Amino acid sequence: MTAMAEQTWVAVCAAEAVPRASGVAALLDDGTQVAIFRTEDDRFHGLSNVDPFSGAAVLSRGIVGDAGGVPVVASPVYKQRFDLSTGRCLDADTGDTVCVATYPVRVIDGVVHVGSS
Amino acid sequence: MNRTLVVVGHGMVAHRLVEAVRSDDVDGTWRIVVLGEESRPAYDRVALTSYVDDWDAERLALPGCTYSGDEHVELRLGDPVVSVDRAAKRVTTASGFTQDYDALVLATGSRPFVPPVPGRDLPGCFVYRTITDLDDIRAAVERATDGRGRAAAAVVGGGLLGLEAAKALRDMGLSPHVVELAPRLMPLQVDEGGGSLLRSLITELDVTVHTGTSTDAVEADRGRLVAKLGNGTELDVDLLVFSAGVRPRDDLARDCGLDVGERGGVLVDATCRTSDPDVFAIGECAALEGRVYGLVAPGYSMAEVAAATLLGTPASFPGADTSTKLKLMGVDVASFGDAHATTDGALEVAFNDAVRGTYQKLVVSDDATTLLGGVLVGDASEYNLLRSLVGNPLPAEPAALLAPAGAGDSAVGVDALPAEAQICSCNAVTKGAIVHAVTDQGCDSVGAIKACTRAGTSCGSCVPMLGKLLDACGVEQSRALCEHFAQSRAELFEIVRATRITTFSELIARHGTGAGCAICKPAVASILATLGNGHVLGGEQVTLQDTNDRFLANLQRNGTYSVVPRVPGGEITPDKLIVIGQVAKDFGLYTKITGGQRIDLFGATVDQLPLIWRRLVDAGFESGHAYGKALRTVKSCVGTTWCRYGQQDSVGLAVELELRYRGLRSPHKLKSAVSGCARECAEARSKDFGIIATEQGWNLYVGGNGGAIPRHADLLVSDVDTETLIRIIDRFLMFYVRTADRLQRTAPWVEELDGGLDHLRAVIVDDSLGICAELEEAMAEHVANYRDEWRGVLEDPEKLARFTSFVNAPGTPDPTISFRTEREQPVPVLLGVPEVVSR
Repeated sequence: MTAMAEQTWVAVCAAEAVPRASGVAALLDDGTQVAIFRTEDDRFHGLSNVDPFSGAAVLSRGIVGDAGGVPVVASPVYKQRFDLSTGRCLDADTGDTVCVATYPVRVIDGVVHVGSS
Repeated sequence: MNRTLVVVGHGMVAHRLVEAVRSDDVDGTWRIVVLGEESRPAYDRVALTSYVDDWDAERLALPGCTYSGDEHVELRLGDPVVSVDRAAKRVTTASGFTQDYDALVLATGSRPFVPPVPGRDLPGCFVYRTITDLDDIRAAVERATDGRGRAAAAVVGGGLLGLEAAKALRDMGLSPHVVELAPRLMPLQVDEGGGSLLRSLITELDVTVHTGTSTDAVEADRGRLVAKLGNGTELDVDLLVFSAGVRPRDDLARDCGLDVGERGGVLVDATCRTSDPDVFAIGECAALEGRVYGLVAPGYSMAEVAAATLLGTPASFPGADTSTKLKLMGVDVASFGDAHATTDGALEVAFNDAVRGTYQKLVVSDDATTLLGGVLVGDASEYNLLRSLVGNPLPAEPAALLAPAGAGDSAVGVDALPAEAQICSCNAVTKGAIVHAVTDQGCDSVGAIKACTRAGTSCGSCVPMLGKLLDACGVEQSRALCEHFAQSRAELFEIVRATRITTFSELIARHGTGAGCAICKPAVASILATLGNGHVLGGEQVTLQDTNDRFLANLQRNGTYSVVPRVPGGEITPDKLIVIGQVAKDFGLYTKITGGQRIDLFGATVDQLPLIWRRLVDAGFESGHAYGKALRTVKSCVGTTWCRYGQQDSVGLAVELELRYRGLRSPHKLKSAVSGCARECAEARSKDFGIIATEQGWNLYVGGNGGAIPRHADLLVSDVDTETLIRIIDRFLMFYVRTADRLQRTAPWVEELDGGLDHLRAVIVDDSLGICAELEEAMAEHVANYRDEWRGVLEDPEKLARFTSFVNAPGTPDPTISFRTEREQPVPVLLGVPEVVSR
């Protein structure tokens, strides 16, 4: 897809700056906040840092774990869990689908890059 | 089409009616106007006596009693209805306000019955029915006490209400007399044998009982009262409380020509309709098919029936369970079914155990096959089981149904109950319905049964039976912490303690599955911290912590944090107050005094937290653990140092306790308080452990709670010296930390302990398990190893580096955070909640 070609990558930090099973927040030039997570098996994921239920930019401060094997982060505000791969909320009320934006994250030469289009 | 329902009176039953109509009237066809006489909205009159504990009327308020936010309900208080014009369908209040109705519900309740004794209107004579009555009694006690010793009081009436009034006076520190016309106490509920045991138990509690005698006259005598009894006794008292039963308030009905019962009460049929089809009567003012009920449960049934009828659903009164169980001054008294053996040919089987102080009587049918009723005094532990058996075939010999002394559970378990036996009498749920919920609807926990059937959701006394029914159905109640650990928190605690595992990864690899979650990670972090594994942000532990513990501050709604420095015992120097004020000013923080006698500073970003704490630590402050499941504060009153009434140095003890237990990680937060005398200004009985000074030393209360489910702490030991007190608190806290569930406060923990408070006392006072030395040692270790967590962060560059909003822009604060000014202080500008969903 052409979208991929237009993707720009921003280096944000060293991989060691993201401890296993935790997250950090990065501020992009346009003011977007991306939460970058690293799971126990050293995979990296990027989600919008904004918790959709409270509006607070805090998802990076949630606890990282799994729900039935799916890697998730639990919002520190009201504890809803979000799928790290898809951004989908697993605990939304009344069958509504709630999603947060996902961002591609890659590690090259020990440096974490976030992609944005 | 909107019709108007006018409700006269706002007591417990009226409130239940309004709730029932509002919850089922989905289209809002009724507009409801409630006209109440008392100036307070509906409160829990059944618990009136407990008002003496803290004089906090708010605590008695019934949930939702003001209907705020419900535009269909209008509540007008402090203005009683004085007349009803049935032809015009209009009521008029004392202030002249008029209100038209389409339907009228009378819920005017009862008035206290005052026997026609000469002098009954003298100052110093009271009745016992409302919060205001109790306030008046309290004022009289204080006037009488002022300047000279203890006040003296007598209660006329030795029934349920009379003994409640006597208990209230006892709780105010008096030693009241109780005068009862009948030959025994509680003549309606208990028989002669039960009454005589009750008398001896009550007498032991410093209440003087006069039975079989009338009160003939009350006379004023030099500012006091003399009560002259029929047997010649004269009682010199400061106040006299008439609490000799109630009479239905049916005046409004009489005045407007409605039929009334032979012995009073507004006559209604089984649908709660009066002789006028547009007028209903419910609760204690109603004579349902001629009978007046003075209990709240039948009143609630009437409220439900009237509500259903108003909404066009056929309903009729299901009959009343007049069983009663109460604890009067620590004495269990219960009666159920045909307690007085009035059924033809009924047989009585009584067990009178003077040594144990119990009296138990069962009433059975003439062929001894069916349980009809019973009386229990001194030990009512079998009440739920027995009450649910009434009307059913006896599953065993009558004697086997009553637990012999010391034998624990009775010989008959829940499996012996027939399906139609009512387990939850508050919500009329049968054993059959509960078993159906378990076997066919997949309920696998007490919580699930509650949600599905409503059993156990009102008074809660049947909750232990729900657990036993689950066992009986072969359902293993899951105690798993979460999907990653099959063990309970207490089991994990023992595993970590025994194996000396020091990391979450090792624990989950050896004893769990998966990667963990927001439930098990903080729980394990807490266990590791209790057992002393270094700084809570050290190594892998940082990734286990909930955001509050990770940033050692309290997350607020806009993503900022609040900071609470420790102020032990609430005692603080002017210099330290100035430092807090200056820090707040310099960092633009909102300040608020907390309920725990500390100061909370709001609005700090993660980048600011170390800068703020550098200043605070330099000034001698340390972490207050407001963010942790840990000891919060030990509140205190000023005690002997300043107070004219103080009996011990409450501030000194509070400071000592707070410094001793600071930093102790526990299953949930821990709160404490120390009061310097029985006036209890520090509100110690609402705390996990509360201490109240006595003349001789200290009383220790445990398991109290404020919050959503308030509970007064129970007295564990009395009149102990400071050293003993601290030793017992050490044991209490460590035993709790080891055995409680995740996020279980001490109040539910104490309640759910097998054997309850007595078991707790056996373990930590009498050392029945032989673990006290170990518990004390664990606490000594905690005290010796305590380090201030914030100092630990400031001294470690690696930990400090984590306090940044952005990994790629350290020092840049979160741009979404902004403040506006309200009442001269910064408050958050509310964040837009983008695409979602109402919460």
